[in-house]
Amino acid sequence: MTTPLRSLFDFNGGVKPDYHKDASTRLSIGVLSAPTEVPTELVIPLHQSIGGTPRPIVAVGEQVKKGQRIGDADGDVSSAVHASTSGTVSAIEMRRMPHPSGLSSLCVVLETDGRDEWIACQAFDHKLATPQEIRDYLRDCGVVGLGGAVFPTHLKLNADRQGGIETLIINGAECEPYITCDDMLMRERANDIVRGVVLMREILGAKQVRIGIEDNKPEAIAAMQVAVGDCGDDLQVVVVPTRYPAGGAKQLIRVITGIEVPHGKRSIDYDVQCFNVATALAIYEAIGLGRPLISRIVTVAGNVDAPRNFDVLIGTPIKKIIAACSPLPDTNRLIMGGPMMGVEMPGDEVPVVKATNCILLGSNKIFPPPAPEMPCIRCGECALACPADLQPLELYWFSRAKIFGKAQEYHLFDCIECGCCSYVCPSNIPLVDYYRFAKSEIWAREKEKSLADEARDRFEFRQFRDVRDEQEKSARLAARAAAAAAAKQLATTDTVAIPNTEASTEANEKAALIAAAIARAREQQVTATPQNMQQLSAEQLAEISAIEARRAEIREQAKPHLPPDA
Amino acid sequence: MTGYFFVVLGAVLVNNVVFVRILGLCPFMGVSKKLETALGMGAATTFVLTMACGSSFVIDRWLLQPNGLEYLRTLSFIVTIAAIVQLTELVIQKVSPLLHQVLGIYLPLITTNCAVLGVPLLNVTLKYNFVESLLFGFGSAVGFSLALILFAALRERLEGADVPVHFRGTAIAMITAGLISLAFMGFAGLDKYK
Amino acid sequence: MFEAILVMSVGAIVLGAALGYAAVKFRVEGDPLVEKIDAILPQTQCGQCSFPGCKPYAQAIARGEAEINQCPPGGEDGIRKLADLLGREFKPLSAEHGIEKPKAVAVIDEQTCIGCTLCIQACPVDAIVGAAKQMHTIIAEQCTGCELCLPPCPVDCITMETLHETVETWKWKYPVVTLHPAANLQ
Repeated sequence: MTTPLRSLFDFNGGVKPDYHKDASTRLSIGVLSAPTEVPTELVIPLHQSIGGTPRPIVAVGEQVKKGQRIGDADGDVSSAVHASTSGTVSAIEMRRMPHPSGLSSLCVVLETDGRDEWIACQAFDHKLATPQEIRDYLRDCGVVGLGGAVFPTHLKLNADRQGGIETLIINGAECEPYITCDDMLMRERANDIVRGVVLMREILGAKQVRIGIEDNKPEAIAAMQVAVGDCGDDLQVVVVPTRYPAGGAKQLIRVITGIEVPHGKRSIDYDVQCFNVATALAIYEAIGLGRPLISRIVTVAGNVDAPRNFDVLIGTPIKKIIAACSPLPDTNRLIMGGPMMGVEMPGDEVPVVKATNCILLGSNKIFPPPAPEMPCIRCGECALACPADLQPLELYWFSRAKIFGKAQEYHLFDCIECGCCSYVCPSNIPLVDYYRFAKSEIWAREKEKSLADEARDRFEFRQFRDVRDEQEKSARLAARAAAAAAAKQLATTDTVAIPNTEASTEANEKAALIAAAIARAREQQVTATPQNMQQLSAEQLAEISAIEARRAEIREQAKPHLPPDA
Repeated sequence: MTGYFFVVLGAVLVNNVVFVRILGLCPFMGVSKKLETALGMGAATTFVLTMACGSSFVIDRWLLQPNGLEYLRTLSFIVTIAAIVQLTELVIQKVSPLLHQVLGIYLPLITTNCAVLGVPLLNVTLKYNFVESLLFGFGSAVGFSLALILFAALRERLEGADVPVHFRGTAIAMITAGLISLAFMGFAGLDKYK
Repeated sequence: MFEAILVMSVGAIVLGAALGYAAVKFRVEGDPLVEKIDAILPQTQCGQCSFPGCKPYAQAIARGEAEINQCPPGGEDGIRKLADLLGREFKPLSAEHGIEKPKAVAVIDEQTCIGCTLCIQACPVDAIVGAAKQMHTIIAEQCTGCELCLPPCPVDCITMETLHETVETWKWKYPVVTLHPAANLQ
């Protein structure tokens, strides 16, 4: 297949750190999901994607099979979670999460049985399904973006769009140092990835497909080119220059199509959609094989003797895979993700989740502690390095002084937290930490404000309702009083001879009504059978009738002592 | 024509009402915390000052001078200016409630803004004609707005700066104002080209 | 002398008439200050400020009838914002109106609830669902933590549960430069 000569575009900024990718690509992907390797306990967090926390749908003590759904998506912006292997649910409780806070979240704890029994998997025919059915199916398969953002894929893989989209971009750039999970995946499972890409293309109706891979992965490029050639569809492998962060979605879109997605817009507004290669594989497994997302490739690198990639079941404690790589003794921290964007883990017992692309072991030798922060000298290096074309120095100025409104005016939320600015800063300012602080602070405030607004609306409506009810009540009373006065007048003028008749007949009528109601209630009591008696065994019915008989007897005995009308 | 140009230029830069004549300092310090308030205040002052110069010229030339009532000048100017300010406030409140909210207490304060009284009085001393009076008033107001906007922009940045505790707030603002004032002295030679 | 008085009074009459006309012509309804104050208040509607809700308290502040330190849920932060807005001096929270507590939501013990509807009538934001002789429950997202439902409950089945930080509500901390003793720098 001939690849037409194409010119690539460029994004501003970016940096070229040392890549350190060779060490972990020497060995093939290790399998930690084989039956013998499965740990005895898996901790599967329910909240693994952006959006609502799935609701657990299994009970403690329940037997589950591999691939069985254990958490149901909560709303549309959410994604289901599944049992990674067969076993028994031993607990549904709060466990520590692989999150920088070290806080806990609801997890399903699975005691594995070692049999690794799959549920019955059935391929899904997306050609017969409606767009809504495809969305629901992918949501229930728990397919999320595996590049690190874990955005639910079904929201992006929208078949509803009239005329399809222009370009589907598959992101195999993998620009962050040390991480090689996508590289190894492309080398070893290129055919499955390409099958997934073809499926995505059919669903999205994309006119062209570009698979972007950085030029420092020649083996992956070769493997993907062979797979693309075999599949018969006109996909294109595009080799992009190696520069961090070429693997950012907006950056890759810009390099491949030349489209710069502006502030407040999404790539879909420009008929472009971007997915990670691992997501393409997950889609193939979900649609082509009927298997939900229960494992992923994780790179273990950094301060270890034998860095390597592993196919790991979701929920495996990370200490288990670290142990397989013989970590060096001076390891002093664990990072999930790469050295640029990764976050520090609270401990080694936390589970692997769908977002875990790399586990990086740090020591003072590889990652020396940061030099003390010095004042910003406004040199502008960060602005040159920023791939999102922001003004990091201004964002820093306002975030540091907690002037959040101004920080937002400078488009703080367009920051992708890639870390280029911190990397180049001559004053060693941890810029991204300031942005993260400002972002979470702004989020919290906005949430608080929207809650306050809602409370205000509800309070005002309640007051309005109270006033309205009061008015309606007084209007009713006034109407009744007027009617009574009119009736009285009528009575006095018409039937002078028998006064009070009206009033007394009214009272009589009321009394009769009440008496009738009481009689009805008694009748019902006698004839009605309680609802809980419909599906009882003969023995139980006999017992009940015996009790009823005893009751009747007691009533008979008590009769002389009761007042006559009881 | 060049005469008129130099009247405006001189009022805006060379004899800037805030930095050189040191008039109107209270709104200058009070309303310069935010750029948008500074813009609004500048616009309102420009309107009031131009109107005040025109009307005070009329009152002075055709009411006070023919009747030999020059000693009533200050009094009658203040009354006229106060009325114009009130009128402006009412109109702004109706037309742009947002601007009214933003200007807040400082709008009525234009009444006591010494620049607004000072410029009409200067007009009389400088013996300007009607058009020159209007231009001088307008130029001074633009100079005032320029000072306000420059200073507001600086203060917005100052807000995030590491200022020693005892200098925070008005103290550092005063020092900054002094420095800008020094810088404006650099325009002093400009009207020598006249 | 007479002329001066005449000139000034004619001026005053003319200007006064113009202003009077403008005041009628450009009249504006509503009080923007109340809205601004109300936006700062936490909308708990708890009445701890001794006014029946946040809006009445905002109106009282705007009229100058209430102090700015009577809102315990707003806390020090809220008082500071009010002080900034109104140009008043900051004051610590007045003790007679309560103390600042961590945010909490009310929870009904559904086993004990007898379905009397008294709490439903007390809730200022309609965050309690239930009907007579049916079990009641609180919609946690809409509960403002005002505690107004606690006193009416005849069986004391409502408790306040403090909200703890979760992974979703966790916030990144302000970066702090750690200082080491000079000897450790090597």
